[in-house]
Amino acid sequence: MTAALHATTPGGFLLVLAVILPVCAVLAILACGPRSAARIAMATLAAGLAVAVAITVELVWSGAALTYVVGAWRPPLGIALRADGLSGAMLVMTALVVVAVGLFARVQYGLREGGGSERERTTFWQMLLALWSALNIVFVGEDLFNLYVALELLTFAAVPLVCLDGRAETANAALRYLLFALIGSLLYLLGVGLIYGQYGTLDLLALARLSRPDPALSVALALMIVGLLAKAALFPLHLWLPPAHAGAPAQASAVLSALVIKAPIFLILRLVLDVAPGQVAFLAGQLLAVLGAASILFCSVMALRQARLKLMIAYSTVAQIGYLFIVFPLAAGGAGTSPWETIAWTGGALQLISHALAKSAMFLAAGIVIKVYGHDRIADLGGFGRALPISATAFGLAGLSLMGVPPSGGFVAKCLLLTAAVIEGYPWLAVTILLGGLLAGGYVFRIIDKALAVSASPLPSRAGVPRRLELTALALAIAAVLLGFVPLRPFGFLQIGRSGLAMAGL
Amino acid sequence: MMLLFDIALVAGLLTLAVHVVREPDERSAIIAFLAFGLLLGLAWIRLAAPDVALTEIAIGGGGTGILLLRAEAAVRGRGKHEESVTRPGKLAIAVGCAAISAGLGLAVLSFASPAPTLAPAAAEGLSATGLGNPVTAVLLAYRALDTLLEKVVVLLALIGVWSLAPDAAWGGVPAVRSGEIPQPLAYLARILPPFGVVIGVYMFWVGADAPGGTFQAGTVLAAMWLLVMLAGLRSPPETAGLPLRLALAGGPILFLAIAFLGFAFADGFLAYPKALAKPLILAIEAALTLSVAAALAMLVAGPARRAPTR
Amino acid sequence: MTVALQPSVLFGLCGAALVGIGLFAVVSSPGLLRRIVGCNILGAGIFLVFGAVARRGAGAGFEADPVPQALVITGIVVAFSASALAVALLKRLAEPRSDA
Repeated sequence: MTAALHATTPGGFLLVLAVILPVCAVLAILACGPRSAARIAMATLAAGLAVAVAITVELVWSGAALTYVVGAWRPPLGIALRADGLSGAMLVMTALVVVAVGLFARVQYGLREGGGSERERTTFWQMLLALWSALNIVFVGEDLFNLYVALELLTFAAVPLVCLDGRAETANAALRYLLFALIGSLLYLLGVGLIYGQYGTLDLLALARLSRPDPALSVALALMIVGLLAKAALFPLHLWLPPAHAGAPAQASAVLSALVIKAPIFLILRLVLDVAPGQVAFLAGQLLAVLGAASILFCSVMALRQARLKLMIAYSTVAQIGYLFIVFPLAAGGAGTSPWETIAWTGGALQLISHALAKSAMFLAAGIVIKVYGHDRIADLGGFGRALPISATAFGLAGLSLMGVPPSGGFVAKCLLLTAAVIEGYPWLAVTILLGGLLAGGYVFRIIDKALAVSASPLPSRAGVPRRLELTALALAIAAVLLGFVPLRPFGFLQIGRSGLAMAGL
Repeated sequence: MMLLFDIALVAGLLTLAVHVVREPDERSAIIAFLAFGLLLGLAWIRLAAPDVALTEIAIGGGGTGILLLRAEAAVRGRGKHEESVTRPGKLAIAVGCAAISAGLGLAVLSFASPAPTLAPAAAEGLSATGLGNPVTAVLLAYRALDTLLEKVVVLLALIGVWSLAPDAAWGGVPAVRSGEIPQPLAYLARILPPFGVVIGVYMFWVGADAPGGTFQAGTVLAAMWLLVMLAGLRSPPETAGLPLRLALAGGPILFLAIAFLGFAFADGFLAYPKALAKPLILAIEAALTLSVAAALAMLVAGPARRAPTR
Repeated sequence: MTVALQPSVLFGLCGAALVGIGLFAVVSSPGLLRRIVGCNILGAGIFLVFGAVARRGAGAGFEADPVPQALVITGIVVAFSASALAVALLKRLAEPRSDA
């Protein structure tokens, strides 16, 4: 029955490379020592980007999902990797952010002053690469337990990044993050056990066919989704995120906020849309949307009230994550339409990608501001736009996307979601989207206002901050803006490899 | 008769768990947790899972126990206690946790019958691997990707622990022995290691066909190494030292190399050519055992405290 | 009675109870060390549920389904690594260091 579900496709080996190459680099750095860390990392960044692009080209060219059956042991006994259109988009987005952050870190760590210790540098490279592997597995994994291992890999890579600077304060944030993440993955693992006990398989594609509304599956999905929410930091489980993301060095905050929290969200998406039986999916979707809306409103207000730049950006992350959860009821589809044909599906995916680009740009820009000013108290940053015009521009462009102002990826995303909310009859979600946009405008303009203000004290010297550092932030922000030129309709690429699933699952 | 034993075992496990949670003294709580780990090992034997029983006793109980005891000694008197939860708050949490347990219990009772199982599929694949122990076949053949990644998880945890060293000490030597060494410990450290190493090698060797394997063997070796370091007979290695780094990375690197060779000589990544499957798996296990032993011991040893001699 | 209380059912329920106890310790303990211990009890409960699943799946001459057993072995090692990282962070918090 499951024999036909997975078969290795031409180009499937690319998935193995996407998953394994960064891990190989981690081991190589361990074996070769700190001196070669940056060189190995740079080579891997180039190779990994090429692999992600190759996967996308292969997807477009073949118009079907890529599959690889690891070790030729077919599921349910073995493990399969599979990339559809959405996975492909995630892989490319991840590669872009990782490469940009890697280039930023390379310049930053190469500086004569404030280049960081050997401990910090080596740890950063290893964790960045491990994190990349973990994310890629999450996006192409088909096996629930394999995904558990990926989640743990992600946690173990992310936690040391939080306390990279070695201060007790950040170690405290890291420990809290670790405990939240551990409980999250343990609850997820418990759900995996129940699903295996009920169905005897851990393969997502097989489960999409087998799943029925029975108590074991309902309990399992509830546990898994709650666990993943704790990792995704959705309101009210978000308390660990602001200190952790704000305390890390800029290059680490950028990947943590842009990428790491997207992994659990991606898995929730797959569980709700692919595995959950209709009734359960509907209920879960409604609940998630309520939490998402609360997240948008509450954390936008919190962002508005922060006195520190990085804390503000971190709270904005929790708010922006909320938009991804209001997708669930909107993308439920109707008679004859599957979720991935709706505009909400495209909107959600665009929101995910544009937030990643915009947020990493913002954190990198904030990092440069801190480097020059020596602090990030918003009140004392008057006129930073004149000292650092490129960083301020990057911040402003990224802000457009968060606010949902054209032209930007965030605009298209929020516009699609708003339209979907109106069409599908969710006026309260439409109001939330509009209010969230206004609040985001509030916190972004607060910073822009400071950037353009006339400073009372003389501008600090920007000596020692090369332009290349600022340009990486700007490049990410421009990428977020360019996403705004995607046409306003269901995007064909995101449906690749999905139609087969629709016939299988629904 | 066995039913009575099982019920007593479950009662013991639950009582100890509650005791661990309620005991005000940290040290007593951790010692109760150690006893809990031993009982858990028995439970795994009753569940007909000797491989898991060995792993649980070695790592879940013993390894974690040492880790927690050392942490307690280091934190004692200094750990500022966190915000405590109010009484009504505790009650609400207890009700919530009880509800989760109840839901979970219902799910366990409602499992499909007959139980779905992959045992026949696992048995069928055994001949292609040349192994006799199906658990080892799952770990190193059918789901080898998980095992490979989990080795990286362990190394990553170690790199994370090391990153907590002060900048100046990073790459240096961790502090394993603390204060004066009790006489019995020094005695044990002289007597035990030769036997431990033999047991470890034996566990690795039989793991292909009987209960045992890399983790169990690795843990025993790690425990012997730790014992020697705790007693001060050998000082811990520099964390940036080449031999240690190669021992740590060697296992996963060999695993990866063989995995990639599968592209050329077998059915793809992580596939073994049928004729060579068993020797290849044994080679991987041997290298992994050393890596696991080094990683587990260094995880317990903690971050570097003394600057490296470069 | 004896059918209802096979080891798989008994230890499965025991696992369910341990999950509750462990969660309670993680959420409500005042000390961070006890929370880490709580995580381990939670993990032990989860693994027992896997064990019950494995025992139910006996077949093909094996007394228990090998797949869940292998998953538990992987899980135990991951849990140990997590404890080690958490403990290292906890010790870091407790140590007086000038840069704190």
